[in-house]
Amino acid sequence: MSVFSVFHIAGSALSAQSMRLNAVASNLANADSLVGADGKPYRAKQVVFEAVPVNGESGQGVRVKQVVEDASPGRLVYDPKSPAANEQGYVTMSNVSVVDEMVNMISASRSYQTNAEVMNTAKQLLLKTLTLGQ
Amino acid sequence: MASKIDNALSFQQQALSLRAYRQQVLAGNIANADTPNYKARDFDFSTALKEASAGRSSGSLALVTTAPAHLPGGAEASPARLLYRSPVQASADGNTVDMDVERGQFSENAMQYEAGLTFITQQVKTLLAAVAA
Repeated sequence: MSVFSVFHIAGSALSAQSMRLNAVASNLANADSLVGADGKPYRAKQVVFEAVPVNGESGQGVRVKQVVEDASPGRLVYDPKSPAANEQGYVTMSNVSVVDEMVNMISASRSYQTNAEVMNTAKQLLLKTLTLGQ
Repeated sequence: MASKIDNALSFQQQALSLRAYRQQVLAGNIANADTPNYKARDFDFSTALKEASAGRSSGSLALVTTAPAHLPGGAEASPARLLYRSPVQASADGNTVDMDVERGQFSENAMQYEAGLTFITQQVKTLLAAVAA
């Protein structure tokens, strides 16, 4: 039934947006990290969305296709006292852009909110359908 | 055999199932508001309702199967012919979902769905009154 797949579609969007929010949290937490798990400076992670059919019907859900690492160069900070400094005294920090991440966070939370509202509307419609004819 | 009560309610029933389908399509648009290259879909409600009342579904192109070995064909049987929305302000990532339009249409469609439910309820009450009288 169509109204039930609204739950699947909006639910897929909720989980995709929460993954995006997760990536934002990881990026913001590591904005000042010197080295990541691989010993190199932390690289910002971005999620890529993709539309997928839900339940074999024509409705389009969404899922995270892949998580890509930002290829832009890391910030150079002059800090000769740091153990990670090069000969000129510069330290390569993570390439996280805090402003970009904040914008991403607001966008993700708004999208999450909208899809939660879509689910709420679908729930109301279904409840009204259940009381049909009374 | 369709009874008279069935006939009385079938128009509203078709309208309601098309509304439910449109709700699903619009939810898909809202869900994909941040997907690159996603094109917003919608369908013309009045055309779809006319075709549904006339007994033909515009979206389905089922193949005729005359032998048990025939395959049913891969054409998806959707209740209406889905079209693409023409964007007012296209975004750089190729996405054509306009959140304001989608939200507006979604709310409108939800209201129309509830109106359809009210119509059916009233029709049932009318029939019950005729039975009880």
